[in-house]
Amino acid sequence: MRITCPHCGERDRREFTYQGDALALNRPAPDAGEGAWDDYLHNRENPAGDTRDLWYHDPCGAWIAVDRNTVTHAITGSTLVTKLTS
Amino acid sequence: MVNLIAQTPCGDMLPREAGGLTLTEVVIARMWSVAPLKGQQKAVATALGIVLPKPNRTTSGAEMHALWGGPGVFYVRAPALPDLTGKAAVTDQSDAWAVVSVSGPVVVDVLARLVPVDLRQSTFKTGHTARTLVGHMTASVTRTGPDTIEIMVMRSMAGTLVHELTRAATLFAGR
Repeated sequence: MRITCPHCGERDRREFTYQGDALALNRPAPDAGEGAWDDYLHNRENPAGDTRDLWYHDPCGAWIAVDRNTVTHAITGSTLVTKLTS
Repeated sequence: MVNLIAQTPCGDMLPREAGGLTLTEVVIARMWSVAPLKGQQKAVATALGIVLPKPNRTTSGAEMHALWGGPGVFYVRAPALPDLTGKAAVTDQSDAWAVVSVSGPVVVDVLARLVPVDLRQSTFKTGHTARTLVGHMTASVTRTGPDTIEIMVMRSMAGTLVHELTRAATLFAGR
């Protein structure tokens, strides 16, 4: 499995650490209500198909949102988290 | 007053020969990590009098050497740094890293057993650098010559680095 770090280029999977669903980037407003916060903290989709996860590139220290397919294991994209949140 | 004995990170483990490779310690007198503040990269480059390297590259000036160390971070080796107050976050890294120069005709073949990056001269040319792994350690790997690659790991990993390199070189030679 190869993942592309937007800084370093295509690298082996062992250079990366998995964090979880990229949903973590969409933090609800403090007054969004219990339902929104429950979803944000605890509820995750379990898709058979495309998903977006957060990975950490250990050597260079970049957080990356990686698009991958859970059925085919194809990796279709990677984006710096700083580009998604700023 | 107690006189302390200065000890380099690799101490008396280096230099050594293993499996056709020569491992020598690179002793760096002074090194800093320089992280330019938002929008200050040009000002930092002007103050240092050096071109700051693009990702995976190094640059050199008269007495200064800059190494890309990750997003927004440069490791600068120089006798002294100008005042970068308000321009960059600067941390003294002297003595914080163990730097080993690995040289020999089989350097790429031996490191292929430890580093998951294509280090062949055709793609990884002199002056290219990579933040990657050496075994299980995160490291900074830089080509400094046709048969020479420099590896930088945190000082606490010096013993492991020398051990891993020696083992890989010996096993490669005994293949």
